[in-house]
Amino acid sequence: MSTIPAAGPQAPSSPIRSRRKIDGVRIASFIALIVTTFLMLLPLFFMVSTSLKSKKELLKFPPSFLPESWQWSNYKEIFETLNFGQMYMNSLIIGVLTVVGTLLSSALAAYGFARYRGKGNNLWFMLMLSTMMLPYPAIMIPQFILFSKLNWLDTFLPLVVPAFFGSAYNIFLLRQFFSTLPEELFDAGRIDGCSELRMWRQIALPLSGPALATVAIFAFIYSWNDLLTPVLYLSSSDKFTLPVGMSSFTSSRFRIPPWHLLMVASVLAMLPIVTLFAIAQKRFVEGIVLTGIK
Amino acid sequence: MTHRESRRQTLYMYLFISPWLIGFLVFALYPILSSLYYSFTDYDIIHPPKFVGLANYTEMLHNDLFWKSVVVTVRYTFISVPVQLLLALGFALLLNQKIPFRGFFRTAMYFPSMVSGVAMSLLWYWIFNPSIGLFNYVLSWFGIKGPAWLMSPDYALYALMIMSFWTAGSGMILFLAGLQGVPASLVEAAKLDGAGRFRIFLNVTLPMISPVLLFQLIMGIIDSFQVFTQAYVMTQGGPNYSTWFYVYNLYTSAFKEYRAGYSSALAWVLLIVVMLFTALIMKFSNRFVHYEGGGRK
Repeated sequence: MSTIPAAGPQAPSSPIRSRRKIDGVRIASFIALIVTTFLMLLPLFFMVSTSLKSKKELLKFPPSFLPESWQWSNYKEIFETLNFGQMYMNSLIIGVLTVVGTLLSSALAAYGFARYRGKGNNLWFMLMLSTMMLPYPAIMIPQFILFSKLNWLDTFLPLVVPAFFGSAYNIFLLRQFFSTLPEELFDAGRIDGCSELRMWRQIALPLSGPALATVAIFAFIYSWNDLLTPVLYLSSSDKFTLPVGMSSFTSSRFRIPPWHLLMVASVLAMLPIVTLFAIAQKRFVEGIVLTGIK
Repeated sequence: MTHRESRRQTLYMYLFISPWLIGFLVFALYPILSSLYYSFTDYDIIHPPKFVGLANYTEMLHNDLFWKSVVVTVRYTFISVPVQLLLALGFALLLNQKIPFRGFFRTAMYFPSMVSGVAMSLLWYWIFNPSIGLFNYVLSWFGIKGPAWLMSPDYALYALMIMSFWTAGSGMILFLAGLQGVPASLVEAAKLDGAGRFRIFLNVTLPMISPVLLFQLIMGIIDSFQVFTQAYVMTQGGPNYSTWFYVYNLYTSAFKEYRAGYSSALAWVLLIVVMLFTALIMKFSNRFVHYEGGGRK
């Protein structure tokens, strides 16, 4: 089977058109999809509806699908109960800085790996790939000691600075993309007297929009959801990120957890990620169209 | 390549990769090596480390919480990773057909993966609440009286496994991309040879997407060895240590008990286990993973 070239031009579609009969497998699939989608979406539906219920209604069983009275004030309450606005802001700042750092450093390193056949290229690249498997808990203790010696405890620096030194998965992703850029573009640039850094900035980066967008999203989501690192480093509550602050809802501080606030927080925490995907989906489609033309 | 050209290439390569290279030395290599050193010491982070030889490692062998954390993590991994992969592959196969509302189904299945982290843990903390939560309500539709889930030592770990199935959509996206890469010509050829759906899946589709499967298996295992958020937010390792995950144990001994030496030994054991697992899967996979463009035979 491996002798058939897979990357070759698509074979012309078979002259035998599939008969238009009712297909049992496809109907079964459709029903299976409806059932699983329903089950997958049910928690999300209740997340939103519970976030709008009154305190009395929260404790009713079975839970009602829609709130009896819509308590939009729950969304105000969370900003009063928890330092929610501040935490949201902290998470956003850390997220944006992480994205900037990851994009810059990963794009530089990926370009180095993709474009230059220097001595040791393969060796460093393999080493870089192997760090993808490095579990963070395996290095967090010495990192913690290092950052505490630098007096970085209770600052955003331990959460942000490492991003400016590249992350393996993103370097790998971008390197694969940069490798597909046609050599002629760079030859032309060289003839025009472009410096290497300018070719990176003005040829490689502008052509890599979709890949860069993907990396940006990965980096943001990772930073936005990370709990372990901020739990280690942030101790004063005005520096807490969203996950750190939200995790206090399940602590023994509350005899009965404020269920409506848990859900409000979850809905609000999900918002930036959903927005990002909604925007980026277009970018991905653009990317496919672009590479299709080439 | 001339000598000058090759030197130029080497110079620029190192200039461009230098951010990563510095990061690798400072944030990866140095921590790995120093944690190896700490693992042979008694160290409370404040006073200088005291060399104790293999004491931390021998303590591990006799430490009940260590073994508990190993059992919990392994049980979780061995159930949650394969089931998640099967679900993801199943969804992807369902969606890889010409079916009405494909786009909607795809988005709907992927949506839960956007709620990951603490938000997801809080949501499921409510869902699994035995007296007001959604899960036992849904079970009651089928006449089943659900257990106390997170509050029950027998069911808490299963609850976390079930929660992990909810995000199978992210794996599904990777499988879908893989399935779209299966050339239509291969499938057509198999059809002309009279192969049924199942044969086509087994002999054409599965080999073609096996690299995606392998990648997800390895990353899935590595991720699941590092479960922390669920344990920290939903159960605090309980009840009765039934969700005492490995990394939660490591975190507690390092940052609650300030035993940096012992925790570094735990960290090194984790590192070695992850490396062994990866190597083992890679070695074994040569037999069943098919790589594009030959390579085998």
